[in-house]
Amino acid sequence: QSGSSLRIVSAALKQGQITPTELCQKCLSLIKKTKFLNAYITVSEEVALKQAEESEKRYKNGQSLGDLDGIPVAVKDNFSTSGIETTCASNMLKGYIPPYNATVVQKLLDQGALLMGKTNLDEFAMGSGSTDGVFGPVKNPWSYSKQYREKRKQNPHSKNEDSDWLITGGSSGGSAAAVSAFTCYAALGSDTGGSTRNPAAHCGLVGFKPSYGLVSRHGLIPLVNSMDVPGILTRCVDDAAIVLGALAGPDPKDSTTVHDPINKPFMLPSLADVSKLCIGIPKEYLVPELSSEVRSLWSKAADLFESEGAKVLEVSLPHTSYSIVCYHVLCTSEVASNMARFDGLQYGHRCDIDVSTEAMYAATRREGFNDVVRGRILSGNFFLLKENYENYFVKAQKVRRLIANDFVNAFNSGVDVLLTPTTLSEAVPYLEFIKEDNRTRSAQDDIFTQAVNMAGLPAVSIPVALSNQGLPIGLQFIGRAFCDQQLLTVAKWFEKQVQFPVIQLQELMDDCSAVLENEKLASVSLKQ
Amino acid sequence: MWSRLVSLGLRAPVGGRQGFTSKVDPQGSGRITVQVIEHLERLALVDFGSREAVARLEKAIAFADRLRAVDTDGVEPMESVLEDRCLYLRSDNVVEGNCADELLQNSHRVVEEYFVAPPGNISLPKLDEQEPFPHS
Repeated sequence: QSGSSLRIVSAALKQGQITPTELCQKCLSLIKKTKFLNAYITVSEEVALKQAEESEKRYKNGQSLGDLDGIPVAVKDNFSTSGIETTCASNMLKGYIPPYNATVVQKLLDQGALLMGKTNLDEFAMGSGSTDGVFGPVKNPWSYSKQYREKRKQNPHSKNEDSDWLITGGSSGGSAAAVSAFTCYAALGSDTGGSTRNPAAHCGLVGFKPSYGLVSRHGLIPLVNSMDVPGILTRCVDDAAIVLGALAGPDPKDSTTVHDPINKPFMLPSLADVSKLCIGIPKEYLVPELSSEVRSLWSKAADLFESEGAKVLEVSLPHTSYSIVCYHVLCTSEVASNMARFDGLQYGHRCDIDVSTEAMYAATRREGFNDVVRGRILSGNFFLLKENYENYFVKAQKVRRLIANDFVNAFNSGVDVLLTPTTLSEAVPYLEFIKEDNRTRSAQDDIFTQAVNMAGLPAVSIPVALSNQGLPIGLQFIGRAFCDQQLLTVAKWFEKQVQFPVIQLQELMDDCSAVLENEKLASVSLKQ
Repeated sequence: MWSRLVSLGLRAPVGGRQGFTSKVDPQGSGRITVQVIEHLERLALVDFGSREAVARLEKAIAFADRLRAVDTDGVEPMESVLEDRCLYLRSDNVVEGNCADELLQNSHRVVEEYFVAPPGNISLPKLDEQEPFPHS
């Protein structure tokens, strides 16, 4: 689909080949057609059209704000948006309307981007499937792609096709589905343990996690303050660089943003050759659970770099097997603290009990949070108990340092960029995914991604190829801290080599009525 | 006083507790005693709600116990990846505010410019002070 990249459509807007309003209408129409994906919690149609109108005026006067002016974007529903409901897919915040914009949202708006809506997620970004929010699960657009359907030898008009739809991965699944289905050109996700990279890999997108401290977290409803970052989901690396250019930079409202001077805009050079590059392959990431297809693609990617002149080294990250455990302890502990603010008094859900504050808080929190959130709060509180603090929380902090040092040592051995899988396999059907509980799934699915958050490094998932089933598989590149530009430059080179195919949803677009029909049938059969 | 609070209906919505606590999994790590459950529920102001939730916590603890195998002698805990930098401090000038109305709008219960809270300093009832449940 031409014009499917931000860069291309931005040029078209500047040349007057399309107007922001036309673009906005097109995306709004696609959002309606793909409603069954459940990617959006809130569609901000009026806001978007008004922004489009203003953008149009600017283009007419030759005063466009830049590459993002008039570009439809979507934002994960854990970013505060002024005047627009922000729910975190939780009953706790249903109906909550923030009085301010998250810094990253404000930056997008200041660049003239059109806010199409707020996207679906796992409740409070806890999960790896985008299946555990109160607004229901998100469906992977690839479930409806020609590539997947053909492999399954299914007649697109057959009735039972929808009961085996695939998950998007998570927790930024709504944002991933929104970009993958062409309803917007870029979407914001969040990344605490892989929540942007995981759905990117499952939905065939570029999922970028910036260095911790590069992009402001102000307005991102926090999960783990020492690991959260806003993430960027786009269809190609250049687009991610454009968005990063708009978002990166110090924020007086987030004192964990660094104040080093950054070269802006984030123009990515086209690497002519990779002969000066050294790629590291962490041997501990070769786990038995890794699917043979992903392993094969990982190996082919390493070979590709080598055949093009790069040095490819095996490196060791010795504490890898403890990484997910360490993450689990630190994450639940910080979550226990961050979730304490939800007490029903100043915002969010409030129960009807009025007998005492404690009773009111407890009932409000029981009503507002789902089992996953409550489970993590309780686990976190356990690890933070006086008798457990040293043995669990502080111990995990020490292991965190060891993990961060592993990466430092790997990079100090001459490696520029690490190459790893993003996920264990391609996207699985929802019915299979829900057979295990959220914590088990998260522990499995985050295995390649969470160590990066503990070390605060930049990382990006790039779609590489389709599996035998016609589903996307992505690989992850990890860079040195604050070397985001270099990381994306390497990723861009790799993207050009692999030429990942565009998702074919044409039949879907032309025949969405049949799908909607099956959707109803599927939801009926699921209820039984 | 507890029985009076109980009769005021305090127990009913907050409780919803089944009699599971007296049947805590004997195969568990042994750490999840009734006392620990009560303590956590009071600290977190989130209740377990079911035996499954207690079992999930036990699994989470067993998982976390794997960290014991790591040698962390002489290793300092890492609180932030930016520990080598100074946090940026804004200058102490008021540049925004006066938004009481906006903030009050998001609350369910306000009176003039006050958020209204129920009376404080009343602890949640202990589990065994609840109305009788089917105990073993």
